[in-house]
Amino acid sequence: MRTVTTSPHLHSGADTQRIMLCVVIALVPSCAWGVFVFGLRALAVLGVSLGCAVLTEYLLGLVSKENTLWDLSAVVTGLLVGMNMPPAVPLYIPAIASIFAIAVVKWTFGGLGANWANPAMAGRVFVFFSFTSQMSTFSAPRTLKAAEVVSQASPLSLVKTIASSGQSVGLSSIEILSQQGVATSSIAQKVQAATGISAYNVDAFLGNIPGCIGEVSKLLLILGGVYLLVRKVITWHIPVAFIGTFSILTWMFGGIPLGLGLFHGEVLANVLRGGLILGAFFMATDMVTSPVTHKGMVVFGCGCGAFTFLFRTFGSLPEATSVAILLMNIVTPTIDRYMKPRLFGEAAKGGANS
Amino acid sequence: MNLSTFKKGGVHPPEMKEYADSKSLERLPIPSELIVSMSQHLGAPAKALKAKGEHVEKGEKIAQASSFISADVHSPVSGTIKDVRKVTMANSVVCDAFVIEPDEQQPELFNKRIDYKDLSREKLLEEIKDKGIVGLGGATFPLHVKISIPAGRKVDALVINGVECEPYLTADHRLMLERTKEILEGIMICNRIVDPARTIIGIEENKKDAALALEREIELRSLPIEVCLLRMKYPQGDEKQLIKATIGREIPSGKLPLDVGAVVVNIGTTHAVYEAIAYGKPLYERVVTITGDCIARPCNVIAPIGTKVCDLVSFAGGFSNEPDKLVSGGPMMGFSFYDEDTPIAKGTSGILAIKDRKDYRKSACLNCGRCVAACPIGLVPTRLYSLITNARYDEAMSNHLMDCKECGCCSFSCPAHLDLVQAMKFGKRMGRKK
Repeated sequence: MRTVTTSPHLHSGADTQRIMLCVVIALVPSCAWGVFVFGLRALAVLGVSLGCAVLTEYLLGLVSKENTLWDLSAVVTGLLVGMNMPPAVPLYIPAIASIFAIAVVKWTFGGLGANWANPAMAGRVFVFFSFTSQMSTFSAPRTLKAAEVVSQASPLSLVKTIASSGQSVGLSSIEILSQQGVATSSIAQKVQAATGISAYNVDAFLGNIPGCIGEVSKLLLILGGVYLLVRKVITWHIPVAFIGTFSILTWMFGGIPLGLGLFHGEVLANVLRGGLILGAFFMATDMVTSPVTHKGMVVFGCGCGAFTFLFRTFGSLPEATSVAILLMNIVTPTIDRYMKPRLFGEAAKGGANS
Repeated sequence: MNLSTFKKGGVHPPEMKEYADSKSLERLPIPSELIVSMSQHLGAPAKALKAKGEHVEKGEKIAQASSFISADVHSPVSGTIKDVRKVTMANSVVCDAFVIEPDEQQPELFNKRIDYKDLSREKLLEEIKDKGIVGLGGATFPLHVKISIPAGRKVDALVINGVECEPYLTADHRLMLERTKEILEGIMICNRIVDPARTIIGIEENKKDAALALEREIELRSLPIEVCLLRMKYPQGDEKQLIKATIGREIPSGKLPLDVGAVVVNIGTTHAVYEAIAYGKPLYERVVTITGDCIARPCNVIAPIGTKVCDLVSFAGGFSNEPDKLVSGGPMMGFSFYDEDTPIAKGTSGILAIKDRKDYRKSACLNCGRCVAACPIGLVPTRLYSLITNARYDEAMSNHLMDCKECGCCSFSCPAHLDLVQAMKFGKRMGRKK
C-alpha cells in the first residue's frame, strides 16, 4: 500500500518512549544505590510508588479508552516519586503520592503534555505537607558505621535546627555537623586526609548521608544527568542555570543565617545536600513543565535556583527544591510567552542567542 | 579547516546520497508519450499556443508566459499533440497539459555554438525569458525576473547554490562534476547580467570532489568566482540559510535576497542558462535523480520535461521492493504522490521510491522544544501547531506563520511524531482566506 503524506518523509528517530526510557536508565543507578544503603525497605517503597503510578495510569486509560502505558511516562513519574521518599516511610504514603501525581496532577489536566506541574514533584509536595513528620524522618545509610543511630535528621534539617536555636553563631554548617558528632564514612575520612575536602561533603557526594532514597548519591545522579545530556534528552540550560544561580546566591548570602556574614556561604556543602541535584537534572528538566526556548530555559533555571536558595536559607522548611520548581512550573507559560526565539533576520536584542 | 554554515537551527538528516552519487549522467531514450504541463513555474500558468492535433517541433514554444511572473513552455520533442487535458502534478496542482506523442525520428538541434560575446544584458535577459528558464532548485521562480536587477540596485554577491542539501538527491552534484566548464560558463553569463561585486559558489563538504573540480577550472581560466565549502547542515540550500552561510547576511521577514544585496541562482539553472545562451536551447529537459531503497538501479538521468514517472522508474530497472512512498523532489520538502503516470516538470530534481518507517507511535506534544531548536527561522512550531489545531489562525499569522518555509526540520525532530509541517501548510491556507 502506497501512502501519500505531507513532507518531510524522513524522521530523526526521536521518540517519546525512547526519551522516557533514557530517563529511566539515567535514574536506575541512583535508585540502586538507595536500595543498597537503605536496604530492602527502600526497594519496597520504590516498588509501591512505581506500581501505583503505572496502575493508576492503566486504570485511567481504561476510563478514557486510550492506552498510554507504552510511553513510559508513568514509569518515570513512579520512579521519581519513590526516589523522593525517605526509606522508612509508611508504604501508604508513596502510594498516595503516586496516585495523586498521576490521577490529579496529570490526568485531570489531560494527560501527558497537558499538565502544568511536574507530577512527581507535586505528588511529593502533596504528601510532604500532609505527612510532614513521616516525610522528614530518615534512616542512616548502612555505609555509616554509626549503627546505633536508627533514625536521624538529614544534614540539611539538622543544620537548620541548630542554627535557628541560636547555639551556633559563627560556626559553619560543617562545624555544626562535627560539633553534633555526626558520623562520617571511612572513605570520606581518607579523602579528607588526602585532599582537605570535608568528609561531610565527600559523604554527601557519594551518598553516605541520611536522606531520600534516590537523592543521596549525587555522584550517580550527576552521572545520570550527563547521560541525559549526551543522549540529548535534556540540554545544559536548566541544570547549569539552576545550580549556577543557587551557588552564586548561596556564596553571597548563604552565610547570613549562620552568622557568618556576606560572601561566606558554603557552596559545595549546600549544593550536595538535599534534593538540589536530583531536582536540577531530573525534575526541573521535565519537558512538559519547562519552557521550550533555550532563553526561556535559562530564565526558568535561574528562577528555580533563586527560589531554592531563598526557601532553604530563609524559609522554615528544610527542603525547598520541590516547592521552588513547582513555583517556576506555574510561570512557565508566561516565560514561553515572552522568551521567544529571535526571528531570522531580526536584529539581535541584548545579544542573547537562542 | 573551519567551514562556515548558518547558525540558527537546522538538522542533520541521514545523507542517503550513496545510492546515486557515483552514477554518471545518462540520457533517457525518448518515451512513447510526454505530458507537458503549462504550470511548471511559480506564478501564473502559461497560455497554450497550440491545440490538439497540431504538430510541434522540438524546442518549439507551445505555451507562453501569461503575466509578469510566469514562464514559457517548450516542446521537448518533435511530435503530435494528441490531447490537451487536465493533469494532476506531483504537488497535487491540477493544470492543463499537452499530451505529446513523439515522432519516430527526432532532429538533431541546438548543437551549433552561438557567439554571444556582443549581446547586451537586456538581450541576454530576453533570451533567458524566451527559453523558459526557471530556478531548477525546486521553487521554479522565473529566472529572468529573479536576475533583472532594478536600476539603482547594486548586487554585492551572486551566490550560486550548489548545496543540494536534500538527502538522496545527486543531480546537481553530478552536473558539477561532469559539466564543470559548462556550469562555469553559465555562471559567467549570470555574472554579466547581474554584475555583482563577488560571485560565490556555495557547496556542502560532502561534495568536495565537485568543489575541487570547479576550483581547478576556475584557476585555470582565472575566473572571478570563489568556491565556498560549507559545513553540512539542512536546510542550507534555502536562499536565506545559504546567504547567511556564505556572506553572513540575514534576510528579514518578508524581504528578498536582493534587499540584502544578494542574488541566488541554482547550479542546475546555470547549466540551463549556458545551454540557452551558448546553443539557443530552451529548457525542455533536466537532470533527475531516480533513487531510493526501492529502486533497482539508482541513477541520474537527463530526461525530457513531461516524462512520466513510470518511464523513469523502468529506465532505472524498476522497483526492487514495492515502495511505500513515491516522492517528487527530496525527502524533506518533496511531495509524495500516488499515480505513476504523473509527469515530471521543470522543478523535479528527483524521484524517490522509499520504504516508510511504520513503527512509530504518536504521542501528545511533550513541549520538549526540539522543534524550536531545529527551526532555522526562529519560530515556535509547537505553539503554532496548537494555535492552528485550535483554529486560531489569526493568532498563528501574528506569530509569523507566513515566515515558515515548510523545510521540515520541526517534523523531522519531533519525538511525538506530530504533523507539524502539515499543520503549517493548513494554517497558512486558512490564514490567507480571512
